Amino acid sequence: MDIEAKVKQIVMDKLGVEEAQIVPEANFIEDLRADSLDTVELVMAFEDEFGLTIPDEDQDKLRTVGQAIDYLKGKLG
Amino acid sequence: MGNYFAKFSAFGSFAPKKILTNQDLEKMVDTSDEWIRTRTGMVERHIASAEEAASDLAYQAAVSAIESSKVKYKEIDLIIVATISGDHAFPSTACIIQKKLGLKNIPAFDVSAGCTGFIYACDIARQYIENGAARHILVAGVEVLTKITNWNDRNTCVLFGDASGACVMSRAEPSDISRIIDSKIDADGSQGEYLVQAAGGSRLPASHETVDANQHTVYMEGNRIFKNAVKSMYASSDELLRRNNLSALDIDWVIPHQANLRIIEALADKMKVPINKVIVNIHKYGNTSSATVPLAIDEAIRAKKIRRGDILLLTSFGAGLTWGSILARY
Repeated sequence: MDIEAKVKQIVMDKLGVEEAQIVPEANFIEDLRADSLDTVELVMAFEDEFGLTIPDEDQDKLRTVGQAIDYLKGKLG
Repeated sequence: MGNYFAKFSAFGSFAPKKILTNQDLEKMVDTSDEWIRTRTGMVERHIASAEEAASDLAYQAAVSAIESSKVKYKEIDLIIVATISGDHAFPSTACIIQKKLGLKNIPAFDVSAGCTGFIYACDIARQYIENGAARHILVAGVEVLTKITNWNDRNTCVLFGDASGACVMSRAEPSDISRIIDSKIDADGSQGEYLVQAAGGSRLPASHETVDANQHTVYMEGNRIFKNAVKSMYASSDELLRRNNLSALDIDWVIPHQANLRIIEALADKMKVPINKVIVNIHKYGNTSSATVPLAIDEAIRAKKIRRGDILLLTSFGAGLTWGSILARY
């Protein structure tokens, strides 16, 4: 499974949203109704899935689905 | 490894009478029962009265623990109290409890390790027992955090409650199945600023300005703490299991620090421990800091969930930052 598909799966599992809602510009908090702890749990799930550490200062850059995918591609690519 | 083994002889706990519900909080700050429940798992918490201080709560838990053990008061040869909200900066709350218990000629001291305090205190007590320096130790975790809570900060004021928990730790006899198997405590001071009571010490002594700026209350960056909490409790629990050739399947009960239900669930998930093996009472007490672990154990023992011979994993995390775990056969 590629990075994009894995990210979508994690977002679906953690936030309980439909696949159709998970578009690149979807903001986790504003569009997908994540609360502040959900965003931390998402980051932790990305870390576990992709075997990397996302520093606290980078966490604030991952506001949308697209930003998360691009960030992870950049780290793993 | 020392000359002896230590064991938990008995536990006791105490919470003040007054209860503050989420509905009560709705009337005090801009929050809602739904917000508090979904983000923390908390429903109500116990609050000390104006007259109740840490030593009052800890004394009740201490008496309960000693009375539940076969140990006589005069056989206690050390008192260790974990607290960050003691009666005074000095003398220590441990010395005040010693006086209340009428015990003489034994040492007594406090340990400051935030919410990890009880784990730290038990780790210290274990060393005294294992090397033969003490035979029966009273260890208490007590917190009256609602007296240092910023009641204008809706993000933190809903989180805390007041309570105490205590245990008698004793030298295990060769015939005992009960014993502390292993323990491990850790700290990372470089991240201390995420969770702090800024004023009142020598860095920022009490002044009108510090009071006006609410600097005598708990400041916490919850999101940063959340991630650190899950990772560090997992890491120390995992290390204890590994170095004792045990797996999560061998644990009968995990007793985690009760700071947030979602931290507890994330930890259980990461450890691959089913949530029904995790002792949870956060809905009734909120975060009582160093009291959460002994309070949860005491309740579970009295409810006959935890039984003699069960393998327990205690784990906690708190200000410092500090964290630690204890593996024990009760």
